[in-house]
Amino acid sequence: MSRAGIFRAVAFFGILALLPFGISAQWIINALIFTLMYAALASGWNLIGGYAGYPSLGHAAFFGFGAYFFGIIFENSVGNGYSPFLILPVIGIIAAILSVPIGYIAMKTRADVFAIVTITLLFIVQTLAFNLRGLTGGAQGKGIAVPPFDPAIFARPFYWAMLVLLLIAMGISLYFRRSKIGLSLSAVRADEDKAHGVGVQVTTVKLVAFGLSVSIAAMAGAVWAYYEGFIYPQFAVDPLITIGMVLMTFLGGRATLWGPVLGAFILVPAQQFFSYEFGATQFYLLAYAAIFLIIMLVLPRGILPTINDRIRTKAKLAAEVSR
Amino acid sequence: MSALLEIHGLLKKFGGVTAVNQCSFEVQEGSITALIGPNGSGKTTAFNIITGYLKADAGTIAFRGNTIEDPNPASLYRSGLSRTFQQARIFPELTVLENLVVASSFSWKGLFGSRVSVGDRERAMETLSEFKLTKLADYQASELSYGQRKLLEFASVLMSDPKLVLLDEPTAGVNPVMIETMEKHIRSRHAAGVTFLIVEHDMQLVMRLCNPVIVLDRGAMIAKGTPSEIQSNPQVLEAYLGS
Repeated sequence: MSRAGIFRAVAFFGILALLPFGISAQWIINALIFTLMYAALASGWNLIGGYAGYPSLGHAAFFGFGAYFFGIIFENSVGNGYSPFLILPVIGIIAAILSVPIGYIAMKTRADVFAIVTITLLFIVQTLAFNLRGLTGGAQGKGIAVPPFDPAIFARPFYWAMLVLLLIAMGISLYFRRSKIGLSLSAVRADEDKAHGVGVQVTTVKLVAFGLSVSIAAMAGAVWAYYEGFIYPQFAVDPLITIGMVLMTFLGGRATLWGPVLGAFILVPAQQFFSYEFGATQFYLLAYAAIFLIIMLVLPRGILPTINDRIRTKAKLAAEVSR
Repeated sequence: MSALLEIHGLLKKFGGVTAVNQCSFEVQEGSITALIGPNGSGKTTAFNIITGYLKADAGTIAFRGNTIEDPNPASLYRSGLSRTFQQARIFPELTVLENLVVASSFSWKGLFGSRVSVGDRERAMETLSEFKLTKLADYQASELSYGQRKLLEFASVLMSDPKLVLLDEPTAGVNPVMIETMEKHIRSRHAAGVTFLIVEHDMQLVMRLCNPVIVLDRGAMIAKGTPSEIQSNPQVLEAYLGS
């Protein structure tokens, strides 16, 4: 990693880690928690959707799985409030294990068919959440015990938990960029059959990417459930969550380190602003759509790849002129 | 010489069309064998079956004396059978060097190791210098010309130290200088002990490079022999010119 890259990462995470001490307004912390959550989700989605080129629309199923798993364990008591966070790695690992058979079957298909297969997974899990009433409480929802945090700084632990998830997701993303598994995934994205023909372990690398990707989603779902305190099937397993992480990754730039984060930091506040401004009339959805139309027309490959291309073209021109 | 690759009774139908029809032939170790035939005679289909990209309806394939039960492109590649594609399939978003590294030998440790390990880089740079592509090592493969891409694809499938390389029209659509370059590289690798099976339409190249020449027509072998035998074979002339 270049020195500038390290500096950028340390500054980014340092500022974000200290931010809660400088902000007392609850609504801002709340908005930041959702921004960080989507940044982590989008960075995690990017592992399979960006690097491997498999556009999963089923990640909300794993988000919901994490949410309910957490909710079922901590329905009655959360102890001192901090210990439940320790269960997150377990939830991530279970989600990754579950993802192996699911991914193995789903990744027999590609591109748009894969998207449809995975979105059916989402609806299966949502249906289960509605109907397994003994476990999930069905449509009545499921309550989670309230942690005994100081009300004035109640949201801080959730904020930092989301920040750590983002750090993990970006860490894996960086690792992918610098490891042979990432190189293999790029080959899979470009031409999977050819990659198979030069000995790339295509199934293995895809399953690793899928497993890591959905484990981030499941852990984010668990933190979200804890923060919300009450979960319903239609919000825990919500197509809008899937679509959110996909759109943010596309906006910032697929298969880039900072693209999904950038996408989340633009879209989540924009979404909140629009729903505040136009909320009563549902016009905010139109405004949201308008942003996308503009982006697709001006920056079809996402913000970062487009900027990088422009810089590269300019550097090339400059090199040719000076020659 | 013994047969490195033996094809027996290969059959492949697409709906009502029989692309490969009871095709049998062998490739002798140490040869540069040509596989020619009119368009649609089943050359590429045979290639795809041999390399595991297509499943045959019937027939057997033996490589290095072992019958391959369930041909799989990745395991065949690792066991020493490489191929290139007609349209020069490379990975455009990767650099030239990475195109070679991704095709290098697999190990679990390597998979989780660095993107381009020291050992992989050394081996890849060696091959690149053999192909005079060293200067382009850090270029994106998408920036290469079509001929260079064909060269790159050829170079990359050599990363597994193959025994047998199947080239699907290595010189189609490239300029005359590049055809000579390609020929030179095939010859030098052949001298180093690699066996080739080549599908090619450039008859001049086939006649000066390959021996024996196998002719397919409507999915079956109709002739096999030295270039001069093939050139004077009436069945071959009829297959090409039609009746």
